[in-house]
Amino acid sequence: MIAQSNLAWRHKKAMFFRCFCIGVTAFAVFILGLLIYQVSVLGLPWLDAQFLSSFPSRFPEKAGIKSALLGTLWLVSMTAAIAIPVGVLASVYLEEYARPTRLTEFININIANLAGVPSIVYGMLGLAIFVRFFQLERSLLSGALTMSLLILPVIIIAAKEAIRAVPGSLRQAAFAVGATRWQVIRAHVLPSALPGILTGVILAISRAIGETAPLIMIGALTYVAFVPEGPMDEFTALPIQIFNWTSRPQEEFHELASAGIVVLLLVLLMMNALAVYIRYRGTRAK
Amino acid sequence: MKTRTPRYLENSLQAVFFMCAAISAVTTVAVIGILAVETWGFLQQISLVEFLFGTRWSPLLHPKSYGLLPLLAGTTLIVVGASLVALPVGLASAIFLSEYASERTRNILKPVLEVLAGIPTVVYGFFALTFVTPLLRIVLPDTHVFNAASAAIVVGIMVLPMVASLCDDAFRAVPDNLREGAYSLGATSFEVTTRIVVPAGLSGVFAAFVLAISRAIGETMAVTLAAGATPNLTMNPLESIQTMTAYIVQVSLGDTPAGTLTYQTLFAVASVLFLVTLCLNIAANIIMKRFQEVYE
Repeated sequence: MIAQSNLAWRHKKAMFFRCFCIGVTAFAVFILGLLIYQVSVLGLPWLDAQFLSSFPSRFPEKAGIKSALLGTLWLVSMTAAIAIPVGVLASVYLEEYARPTRLTEFININIANLAGVPSIVYGMLGLAIFVRFFQLERSLLSGALTMSLLILPVIIIAAKEAIRAVPGSLRQAAFAVGATRWQVIRAHVLPSALPGILTGVILAISRAIGETAPLIMIGALTYVAFVPEGPMDEFTALPIQIFNWTSRPQEEFHELASAGIVVLLLVLLMMNALAVYIRYRGTRAK
Repeated sequence: MKTRTPRYLENSLQAVFFMCAAISAVTTVAVIGILAVETWGFLQQISLVEFLFGTRWSPLLHPKSYGLLPLLAGTTLIVVGASLVALPVGLASAIFLSEYASERTRNILKPVLEVLAGIPTVVYGFFALTFVTPLLRIVLPDTHVFNAASAAIVVGIMVLPMVASLCDDAFRAVPDNLREGAYSLGATSFEVTTRIVVPAGLSGVFAAFVLAISRAIGETMAVTLAAGATPNLTMNPLESIQTMTAYIVQVSLGDTPAGTLTYQTLFAVASVLFLVTLCLNIAANIIMKRFQEVYE
């Protein structure tokens, strides 16, 4: 009897625990859904062509995100142009060329640690080196270089993993027919690691799109009523504009901020969907 | 390949690749160098004891005072609050994902987690200020407009996907035959989870917790927007506080000329931030490596 009631109790406990875990997860998903719903309800009425094509303004009804959107576009293109080649080549070196020396091990550990450094510390680095030491001022170039340092570890870690997943037999077969190391990498390793690398790159770029703190550190401006025309121009970016509107007390500016957030989230969602799609195709091909 | 690469090019390519990899090392050296130089300049004027143990932080207003404790207290408050939200919920979600969810639910939830982990922190700041704070003020009317609790809750929500994802990875790495062995002895799912799966994945869970704390310490935009800008040596989460990161943002929003003491305080505070997060990240790596159970 005792054993039986004990068993019933144990099953009840298991049942309860299961429901608890499901409930907690559902609640977390609900909260995050609520976040997105809340922002959309506030922001969608403001989201029109005028909002996308106007400069920021003291008057909420005239304000828009033209300079912020184009600033982000410039910044992200430049960051991608710097960080993707450097990151991918670095991971090629670490996976395909480097012998397991102390130096290699140090670089690998170092990259893992760099990925965990708070983004604001990268901002300080950008401020001291690019803005002050190299005198690039508050330009797009300063921002892109800072952002590149920030996302490099992310790209390298993802690309290394993708390259490591390429089977060794592929390399050996290519070497066996007389290919040089670079030929093996270019013709076999990189193409077959491409889906993994792309996924990592897209996620890293999404991070660059949403980062705010380092840009504030290097002095991206919060009020910019012109479109940047070259890498040395001053700029603002979408997250900075959102931060600026959010930190104002008036309700209308909060609504503008949520409209900006909707745009930002849409861009990020599209990038994420692309990453998921590429990975899905990659796994299916194997 | 039809094209042939000359030998000298092969070798120089390797050199170029090495340079790319070396950039990471250079970055680290640069970060440490810059933080060290400016912090050294700061410590020439303010003693280390005063900086670390002073109870008043007021570098912008007279009478000036450079005691870090109020900022540390602010950061601690955020970290504790965020952990209270993220760790239990993250753990429970991870258990759900790895032990209870069907393959289909997993395939939906995993990408959702990834998307959520990618939401910019400024968005969470907006959420704290316009949604969580008003809600808190309804429940607890003496909550300040800027308060630590709202920021802490939101930072907790922010690191939640990361905790869930890392714990889930740890649990998935536990081989199924351990679970099956326990089930065949008559254990319930609760017993399998709490006595087999969680203990076996414990190194991963701890590493996830440490990384979450490190993220919460370095989190900037949500606390800047929602927690306020009053360095306040308090443990009351309903009051306005300032974290280390929020201080750095506050100063850099203004125009601070290089070389001044105020400019140097930025780097002194950032040094503390950098050292603390670095130690935590290294600790997480060690936990992951040293205490990992290896199954054949």
